[in-house]
Parts: sequence; structure tokens; C-alpha cells
Amino acid sequence: MTDVIVASAGAAVPVERPAQRRATWYRNAPLIAGMTITGLLILVAVFAPLIAPYDPNKQNLAVSLVGPSAQHLLGTDQLGRDTFSRLVFGARVDLRVGFIAVLFPFVLGTFLGSIAGYFGGWIDIIVMRLVDTVVAFPFYVLVIALVFVLGTGERSIYIAITIVGWVSYARIIRGEILVAKQLDYVLAAQSGGLSSRRVIMRHVLPNVITQAIVYAMSDIVQDILAIVTLSYLGLGIAPPTADWGSMIAAGQDFLTTHWQLSTIPGLAVVLTGLGLSLLGDGLADLLRPGQR
Amino acid sequence: MTALLEVEDLQVEIRNRRGAVHVVENVSFSVESGRAMGLVGESGSGKSMTLRAMMGLLPTEAHISEGRVLLNGEDLVTAPRRRLQQLRGPQIAMVFQEPMSALNPVMRVGEQIAEGPRVHLGLSRSQGADKALELMRRVGIPDPERRAFDYPHQFSGGMRQRVMIAIALSCEPRLILCDEPTTALDVTIQDQILRLLTGLCADTGTSLVFVTHDLPVVAEVCQTVAVMYAGRILESGGVTEVFRQPRHPYTLGLLRSAPDFAETREGLIPIPGAPPDPYAPPSGCVFHPRCAFATADCATQPMPLRQVTATRTTACIHDDRALESQKLLPVAQ
Repeated sequence: MTDVIVASAGAAVPVERPAQRRATWYRNAPLIAGMTITGLLILVAVFAPLIAPYDPNKQNLAVSLVGPSAQHLLGTDQLGRDTFSRLVFGARVDLRVGFIAVLFPFVLGTFLGSIAGYFGGWIDIIVMRLVDTVVAFPFYVLVIALVFVLGTGERSIYIAITIVGWVSYARIIRGEILVAKQLDYVLAAQSGGLSSRRVIMRHVLPNVITQAIVYAMSDIVQDILAIVTLSYLGLGIAPPTADWGSMIAAGQDFLTTHWQLSTIPGLAVVLTGLGLSLLGDGLADLLRPGQR
Repeated sequence: MTALLEVEDLQVEIRNRRGAVHVVENVSFSVESGRAMGLVGESGSGKSMTLRAMMGLLPTEAHISEGRVLLNGEDLVTAPRRRLQQLRGPQIAMVFQEPMSALNPVMRVGEQIAEGPRVHLGLSRSQGADKALELMRRVGIPDPERRAFDYPHQFSGGMRQRVMIAIALSCEPRLILCDEPTTALDVTIQDQILRLLTGLCADTGTSLVFVTHDLPVVAEVCQTVAVMYAGRILESGGVTEVFRQPRHPYTLGLLRSAPDFAETREGLIPIPGAPPDPYAPPSGCVFHPRCAFATADCATQPMPLRQVTATRTTACIHDDRALESQKLLPVAQ
């Protein structure tokens, strides 16, 4: 659909396009806000060792459960670990796992969606039945169940999220390719004697991949939430590694006396989700009306 | 001269919920090396389907149910997919109607032109780039060194069609199929593109199959012509003889409904009625419900193409009356 519109729009205003695009990206408020929040979080994660005043795992029972002070900006937990340092290092773990976790389903889903949409027939039937099967379960329930079976740890998180997450990419890409493969430039590429692989990789995918990229932005949010949830349940990142989910879980017992232990990591999750969602929205606005 | 391309009894069938239809029925023609054949008819007469069937690029719901497409004696209908991929490009190429949509919007033009030679002729990246520049020069794109790095949306319609032609020519095919290559262009650009296409084909001895509904274009470009209606060929022969002495009422109707500036006519004479429903084609001659010459026989007996002279065929049994009528009310061509 969009490709058709794009093609005709491109025909109508061939010259003004690049200028228009350049003019709009910084007027896109969600994009700017999202880029700022996400950018800051990534900076914090990357430079965690420089930002954190203490080793996130170093216990000091002499100062356990102290409130916020000049020494400990956000206080300490029951083992005397600096909450601020753990928060900063938690960003490192959760963001890294989130960004890596989105890659595998992206690649798998794009691949399966491409061959299903392009070749149709029995490949399409098999892939779409698999999609229907996975979609029948709620995302978090299936991820949690899979990690439970596979055992805790990063590897299990990646496997579980890939198994559950690829279906969305496959659906998006398949739909886009069903439309794109009827377009003249794909027909022209085929009439040039190019192999199916080449037609898909060089002519079809570059024209439809933006939709999957936009979706990936919101998918990262879902993945990070899944990771935090898993860690909260004790299925994700194994302690003592700092991670927001386990921090929320550990702080729960002290909610009435030391509310910041659970609340601050919770807010960090909310902020991350907000930043990435805004980024996704902004990107969608930027890419949708006139991809290229 | 021997025929480069021979299409024999080609039949394309579309199956869907309403049943099976033959959108191309018993179409046969041949094109000799270095010659151009026109395929004319109204929209929906099966011209484009015939081309796509020859390329093996029919839409999923359509398939070739009968017939052969022989290119140099090799049947393209039964050829395996890999063999077809080898033939498309170096043997048979296609130019599309809409230069706007027939180029990949996110790929640089130079790359698109170089892609065929790189795949089929095994050129390296830099050889491919050189080849692209050479082709862009040949099709008259100014400043190719710079333009090769532009994207299709930075080109005008005429320039894009030149790019399409460069792509079609890139692997030096023996045959180029043109699907209304000038319909989407301005008249002035149309003429440039036609001259370019015919000139380049004359240089390289490339044959053309030229699909269009524009009769003057056929007269300018082609040596032979086949007139299609409702998926069938109704008349064929040399361009001048078919247009000067049409032997089918449908051809006559087409000629009379086309505007003509050489000789101002009182008005165009449209063909009454509309093309038949492909799901329920009329019995006998497919054209008889719209035909001024139709008699009772026309509705009952099938009308196969028959040879009238050495070079001409017609599907009409009243071809003499069509000829007669042409003499009374001549159409200048």
C-alpha cells in the first residue's frame, strides 16, 4: 500500500522531497524527546563505570538500608550495596539484553516473512500456521513459560523472545511483500533474470524493511519489560548482577520503610519505555508519509 | 530469415471463484530476427498477458494452459526456472509501461543498470559501473557520471524510460518485449523514445514485440502487426497492408476511432458496445455482437484465423466486405 503511494508521491514532487525531509525531522517533537531520553540512558549504560560511585555488587553490611545521603545518593539496600550504582549498572544489563534480544526475532521474522510473502504456496501456509500458533498465546505468558523450561540466564531470554517475537516481524514483512511483489519494479527485476534471492534482498526488502524497523522500536520496549519481569520473578538475570527487575523484587520487602529501593528502578523502567516509545512514534511519523 | 520467436497456440487461463477464463486464446505469431511486431488492441484484450506469459511472469492466479513460446527453438513455457533466469536479460528483456513504478525507488540508477551485466556477464563492480555509464550515454542521458548516483525520483519520466531501455539493452538481448513503453509519456518525449528504441534495435539487430493501443506508433515502429481482441488475434499481416486494407471489421473500427491529423474527419466513429465478458464470451466470432457486418453465420460457427494471402491472416468470413467498406470510407494512415 504505502509503496504505491510513495511511488506516486515521488513522481509528483521529485525535487522538493529531500529538502522537506531534512526540514521535518527536528520539528518532530516525539522523535526529539525520544532520542534525548534514549540517548541519555544509553550514555549512562555505556559509561556506567565512570558514573557509578561504588561497585554495584560490593556489600557493606555496616551501612545497610541507609536513606539517601551525600555518600549514597539513593541510599543502600539490605546488603549495603549502593542503590544508585546498581541502578546505573542495571541500565547497562537491561538495555544491552533488550537491544540484543530484539535482533534475533527481527532477523528470523524478516527472513520467514519474506519467503512466505514472496513465494506463497506451501511455504506461506506453513509459516502462517506457525504464526497463528504463537499468536494464540499472550506474549509475556509464553516468554515466561519458555524461560521457565529453558532455565534462567541471558541465553534463555534470547531464545524465548526469539521464539515468541518473530511472528510480528513475519506478519509485517509478509504483508508488505505481498503488495510489493506485484509492483512493476519487482516484475522488472524478475524480467532481468535475477535470482529470487537477489530480487528479495536487493529489490523487495529494502523497500519494505522500514516498517519492521519502526516496529522494532516498540518491540524493544516490550522486550525490556519482559526481561525486567523475568528478573523480578527470579527467572531472568541471575543475582547478584544488578538489574532493575531483581532490584524491584528485592526492595519489595522494605516498601514501607525504604520505598526508594523498589520505586526508583520501577521509574527507570517507565522512563526507558517512554523514551523508546517516543522514539518509535517519531520514527514512524518520519518514515511513513514518504519513506524515501 | 528464420523466425527468432515463435508463439504457437498460446493459451493463458485464469482460475478463480467465478470459474476459469481464457484471457489469451490460441495466440500464434512469429517475429524474425531484427524485426518489430506490433500487438494492438483495446485495454483488456490480452496484450499484456501475452507478453507476461512469454516472460514467464504471469500473476499467480494465471497460468499457461496450452501452447509453446519458442525462442531460438527453445520452449520457454516448459523451461525450468533456472534456465528462464539465464535467458531473461541476455536473450529476452522487457520494457514496462510506467517508468515511474518500474524502477526500484531505493536503488541508485547506475546500480540498477549495472545489475544485469554483473549477474549475467560476470562483470566486476567497476566493470559494471563502466558498463552502466556506457549504456547511459547510448540512451542519451546527459552527464551520466553524475546521474548514475541519483535515485529514480530525481529523474523525469522520459529520462526514466531511457533508464528502463538501458536496463533492457544491458545484456544485449535478442528480443525486447515492450509493454506500451510510451503511453505514460508526453507526445514529444514519446517520439524521442521511439526513435531511440528503434535506432538502438536496428544497430544491434534486436527484435521487438511492441504492445500498444496507439496505432500510429505501430505504423512508425513495426513491420508486422497483429490485432488482438478478447484474447484472440483477429487479424495479422504487414503494417501497411493491414492499416491500408483491413480485412477485419474490428481493425477497421480501430482505425476509424483513432484521431488523425493528416486528414480532418467529420468525427471519430467509435465501435459500439463494449468488449465481451470474458466469463461468457459470445458464440462464434467474439466480435459479432459489435460488428456492423455480422450475419447469422457469425454467431454460430467458430472463426479460426485463416490465411488470405501469403502474409496475411484474418478471422473474419466477411473480410471482403470490410475491404469494400474501407474503399468507400477510406482511413488515411
